[in-house]
Amino acid sequence: MVYDLLLAPFADYDFMRRALVGTFALALGAGPVGVFLMLRRMALMGDAMAHAILPGAAVGFVVAGLNLWALTIGGLIAGLVVALVAGLVARVTKLKEDASLAAMFLLSLAVGVTIISARGSNIDLLHFLFGNVLALDDPTLLLIAGSASVSLVMLALIWRPLVLECVDPGFLRSVSVAGAPAHAAFLALVVLNLVAGFQALGTLLAVGLMMVPAVAARFWARDISMLVIVAVLSAVVCGYFGLLLSFHTGTAAGPSIILMTGVFYVASILFGQGGLLRQLFPGRHLEA
Amino acid sequence: MTRRAVLRAAVLATLSWPLLSWPVLAQDKPAARIKVVATFSILDDLVRNVGGERVESTALVHPNTDAHVFSPSPADAKTLKAAQVVVTNGLGFEGWIDRLVRSSGARARLIVASTGVQPRKTSGHGHDHDDDADPHAWQSVANAKIYVANIRDGLIAADPAGKAAYQANADAYLRKLGELEAEIRMRLAAIPADRRRIITNHDAFGYFGDAYGVTFIAPRGLSTEADVSARDIARIIAQVRKEKITALFLENVADPRLLERIAKETGARIGGTLYSDALTDGKGPAPSYIEMMRHNAGELAAALTH
Repeated sequence: MVYDLLLAPFADYDFMRRALVGTFALALGAGPVGVFLMLRRMALMGDAMAHAILPGAAVGFVVAGLNLWALTIGGLIAGLVVALVAGLVARVTKLKEDASLAAMFLLSLAVGVTIISARGSNIDLLHFLFGNVLALDDPTLLLIAGSASVSLVMLALIWRPLVLECVDPGFLRSVSVAGAPAHAAFLALVVLNLVAGFQALGTLLAVGLMMVPAVAARFWARDISMLVIVAVLSAVVCGYFGLLLSFHTGTAAGPSIILMTGVFYVASILFGQGGLLRQLFPGRHLEA
Repeated sequence: MTRRAVLRAAVLATLSWPLLSWPVLAQDKPAARIKVVATFSILDDLVRNVGGERVESTALVHPNTDAHVFSPSPADAKTLKAAQVVVTNGLGFEGWIDRLVRSSGARARLIVASTGVQPRKTSGHGHDHDDDADPHAWQSVANAKIYVANIRDGLIAADPAGKAAYQANADAYLRKLGELEAEIRMRLAAIPADRRRIITNHDAFGYFGDAYGVTFIAPRGLSTEADVSARDIARIIAQVRKEKITALFLENVADPRLLERIAKETGARIGGTLYSDALTDGKGPAPSYIEMMRHNAGELAAALTH
């Protein structure tokens, strides 16, 4: 019974195992990136960047069809260009970075959808916006795993400046010149993880696995290392239960995964440290 | 009525006589061909083959367009009104045709091409036709021969002067259809009977399956519109394994990688594009009925023989 419910789907079906492995790899890469985005008050920027990928991937699609490398390279280029241009606009004009990003991402979304609709069908468009976590072939899985590996190594390299910049950017500037390169490398990591997530979850949901667990982790951990661990673990668990939900009830697979992270988020708001219940009933915490 | 008016009428009648009797003159004048409207491209192709030079045939539903979702426009009503012969499939395929013929005020002779075909019941999914008969009778070449005979007889009735030409054209075309049928039978007979099992979301191949011994099974719970769930995929895979399916012809379902995944996991082959309700234009692989049937048989045979 328990076996049928929790393990049989993965034991019987190869596509379920692949979806699970893909989700785990995504969680490993995107979790830490999401935590840093949140700590640097750039939580919404992830969303903007995810939309920025769309026109690049769309151009790749027009040139080479649903080719993994065309989509990936197109998405990477578009994401990096939008990040650079948004930063540049903020620096040389009076717009703030978030304002220029908001404009850029709406434009990207419109351009992307236009390009895809001109060439492909509605199904293609849905594929771009929501991805397909159930259709992970070998190259796609390798891409996602590769992106996660690169992310983890890069994060280890720029960990110190990143943490310092979250805590005390002024101090970082005074003792080191690593701030700017670390920031650039970090933005590149955001784009990389979003492009990897895009293959499985689409541009609209890729950012979900990155941000929601990270935000929810805030209710369970204080220092950055613990935040990262909680974010990654919860993303892994949510991916697992999301796939099970889709398998047993027939809900769309990608959205189910993000839905599970949403459940975790609501639970965190209610039961986490500093959550609503702890604030309403502070005594019970001490008694327990 | 004055004498003058009578005289005028007589002159008019005399002058218009050639116009009224134009079928007789049609042999000399190629411009005065019989205007035939066929409801969709496959019928149009059959009509052209039987009518040859003597008819000018147009299809209401153009190539590459699905007759199921066709919505007639005012221009179509105009085409119909000008028609002398209208050819329909019947069997409930053109739910819209009766209304269109009536509202266009057409006085054309109606040929129902499927008259005399032994109708088969639909497998009961997807179709919102009035009755239960499966309308896709042309998917068996034997039925297409009945279509051709009906069209020939209808054209002769509408244009008796062309009887010899229609009979000669029909005989030549029927011979080609006979060759086509033998070819399809031969290609599929080369595959062991228990391997001829296919899952497809086309619902148009019932007659083809009956005629040539191929079992077509509808996929369970896979729609072209919604985002796919893990349960949908698991069901298809379970179905393929249980019913020992050899090939899958699934069109417009999610993305090709998903189909590849199903194929890898089950060992079934993913087939190419089949044409059922409409011909393609000249550039496509199915610009005529014969080429369409040959293409479909080729795709099926290729997918069934690994």
